[in-house]
Amino acid sequence: MKEASHKNRRDFLKYILSGGLLGLAASILYPIIAYLKPPAQREVEVSSVKAGKIDEIEKESGKIIKFGSKPVILIRTAKGDLRAFSGVCTHLDCTVQFRKDMGVIWCACHNGKYDLNGHNISGPPPRPLEEYRVIVQKDEIFISKKT
Amino acid sequence: MKKFSEKTYSWFNERLKLDNLTYFFTKKVVPVHKHSIWYYFGGVTLFFFIIQVVTGILLLFYYKGSADLAFESIQYIMTKVEFGWLIRSIHSWAANLFILSAFIHMFSVLFEKAYRKPRELTWITGVIMFFMALGFGFSGYLLPWNELAFFATKVGTDIAGAIPVIGDPIKIFMRGGDEVSGATLSRLFGFHVALLPGIFTVFLVVHLLFVQVQGMSEPLGLKTRKAIPFFPNFVLRDLLLWLVMLNILAVLAVFFPSELGHKADLFASAPEGIKPEWYYLFMYQSLKYFPAHIFFIEGETVGVLLFSVAGILWLLIPFWDKKSSMGERNLFINYIGLFAVIFILILTILGWLS
Repeated sequence: MKEASHKNRRDFLKYILSGGLLGLAASILYPIIAYLKPPAQREVEVSSVKAGKIDEIEKESGKIIKFGSKPVILIRTAKGDLRAFSGVCTHLDCTVQFRKDMGVIWCACHNGKYDLNGHNISGPPPRPLEEYRVIVQKDEIFISKKT
Repeated sequence: MKKFSEKTYSWFNERLKLDNLTYFFTKKVVPVHKHSIWYYFGGVTLFFFIIQVVTGILLLFYYKGSADLAFESIQYIMTKVEFGWLIRSIHSWAANLFILSAFIHMFSVLFEKAYRKPRELTWITGVIMFFMALGFGFSGYLLPWNELAFFATKVGTDIAGAIPVIGDPIKIFMRGGDEVSGATLSRLFGFHVALLPGIFTVFLVVHLLFVQVQGMSEPLGLKTRKAIPFFPNFVLRDLLLWLVMLNILAVLAVFFPSELGHKADLFASAPEGIKPEWYYLFMYQSLKYFPAHIFFIEGETVGVLLFSVAGILWLLIPFWDKKSSMGERNLFINYIGLFAVIFILILTILGWLS
């Protein structure tokens, strides 16, 4: 009988102590884990950007424009049309470039290719590039998101 | 469950001869006497060092060590990152408590003459680590790149520059140029997170190894018969004290969080009431009492030289206190220790009030 009550008391202390230790560990670990999680950053909403003057971009060339925090590729075709697409390859996030010799938008990371309409035509990219709207006003090129 | 732990132990034991280590720790004893309480301060200092390493690594996840971004990154840590204010506050408070407990540990070892033969090297490694702790404080102080830090670093590096002959190269080395600038920040950041921790850890391992191999020193003339096993008795008491310290630290960090102040402006005047951290105050205050010139040498240079000599003598105590090593009482050391404590206390208070 006495032994059993000793055992109960011992068990009780064991639970209190281990519960306390678990609580302590949790109260230390929770802030650390929460701290390690980067806070959600609100991106600066950009609706349109100026991409320079039309005579600054030659036919059959392309350049990367900063659109908020993302790159956008602006292309001028051989006929002189202006087109803009997201500069981020849909495969693994690399930034694409215009290749005059191949006549495509090309991703150097894994040899992904898109035609000048932004459609993925060869290599690993799974989707076409998102298209942006290009407007020219008084020789000035503006790029904006398509709604 | 028990079987599993036994199996795991025997797996490691077969490979690493853990039995020898267990045997060593169970045989090792810690003497019990009226001064035993001081044995715990080494452990407490170690505890605060561990806290510094952990919180320091956490701060590194967001801190940016450049003059353009340092202040903003700490602002970001304190306002945007979850528990960022707490991690920084703990790092700042634990730094102070780390140095305070190192002070207490060092003086208790001095008064008990625990540095005497055969523990001379334990003292030397300990004092060098104490100096490094001051270096940690100095280098870490600039990292928030705020007004106070900027001017404290200007003053601190300028003081180092007052040492004859080698002072100027040391100053330029610490500043990464002639002036305190972004280059100084990068440099002190490197010292704080790489150079000092690396060297400190080596010294710490050696220091702890000496303590384990030689055991605890007993004060001179104290015949103790009582002792407790190091493991688990002493270790558990140590851990309990660590828990108490953790609570004190948490209360301080939560209720008195460290502030950030204003961003450093390289072309602004120094703000009023600028002072170094409390552990440098006694040196800062004493330098104020030196006249501009003593004979043909600048007063500041004399002061810095005196402190340097005192530091070297302090480091070498085990080698010039022959009496204690022979088991004789040496009250002279007690008077020196007492003088140092009173000197530090009074000048710190004067510096605080000034």
